[in-house]
Amino acid sequence: MAVERFPVEASHILMFARSIGDSNPIYADQAHAEATEVGSIIAPPTFAQASAQFDPDYFLRPKDGQKWFGSGATASGTLIKETAESSKGDDKKSGSSAGGLHAEQHFTYHRHLKPGDVLSAETKPGESWEKESKRAGVLKFNESITEYRDQDGELVVTARSVGVVTEKVIEQ
Amino acid sequence: MGLNSNDLTIGDSYSEVIVDDLTRTQIVQYAGASGDYNPVHSDEKFVTEVAGYPTVFAHGMLTMGMTGRMLTNYVGDGRLTYYGVRFVNQVWPGDTLTARAEVAAVREEDGGTVVDLTISTTNQDEKFVLTGNATARLD
Repeated sequence: MAVERFPVEASHILMFARSIGDSNPIYADQAHAEATEVGSIIAPPTFAQASAQFDPDYFLRPKDGQKWFGSGATASGTLIKETAESSKGDDKKSGSSAGGLHAEQHFTYHRHLKPGDVLSAETKPGESWEKESKRAGVLKFNESITEYRDQDGELVVTARSVGVVTEKVIEQ
Repeated sequence: MGLNSNDLTIGDSYSEVIVDDLTRTQIVQYAGASGDYNPVHSDEKFVTEVAGYPTVFAHGMLTMGMTGRMLTNYVGDGRLTYYGVRFVNQVWPGDTLTARAEVAAVREEDGGTVVDLTISTTNQDEKFVLTGNATARLD
């Protein structure tokens, strides 16, 4: 993932805070925020993840003119054959049709994000490893490191993400 | 306002119910705000017939975001220097989650005092859905 321009905006912070059920006025009320030691509205600690909105190639967002793998007329817009066959048995379902699951997420804050920041983000691959699991078979882990820099080139947030692809659907 | 190092003892803890009866609508709300529209989180037909799960499930990042609310309510706004988690079980519609932070260490870092916290979030069956750590600046 490379995001060239991620403008941090107050309305996006407000919507993001609402979605995690956080009514803390530090995310919404400029007058309140100015009276605190923080001094301005800031973004919630996991907000950097919303940079996906500004990644032109982000594969988990439907795009104009491209088939989407979620359901429409059929259970999957891009796996039409598989859908018809696999709806009967569990053997073909990997649980990973959407590219895997999120295993770990870590953020190091050099400072907190605020409206007016214009960030760029560069992601580099990290380690890869495998593990055997009773509930989901062979697990393949992939790490990536993303550095978020502000308009002055200063590093503001470092994110480490680990994704996992499971061999089969996780037993509940 | 942050926490004061003089008031903290190893083993002190703080907890909050971060969601009571998680709704599918909140999961959709998070998809819209974060930009992660993976259909496993909102598309019942896809997730049951193609991915093979019993129903839609929450983004790990929604649980991390809601757990973060407990953290910032405890340590204060703008105080975190590190927050990291593992997603250890899926979170489903109808789940009620409780997030907890426990003081693991109080130490000096970069000329200031910080607290290291051990974090966990459990569901209504007391099953862990998230475990992690955080570090925050103290007064």
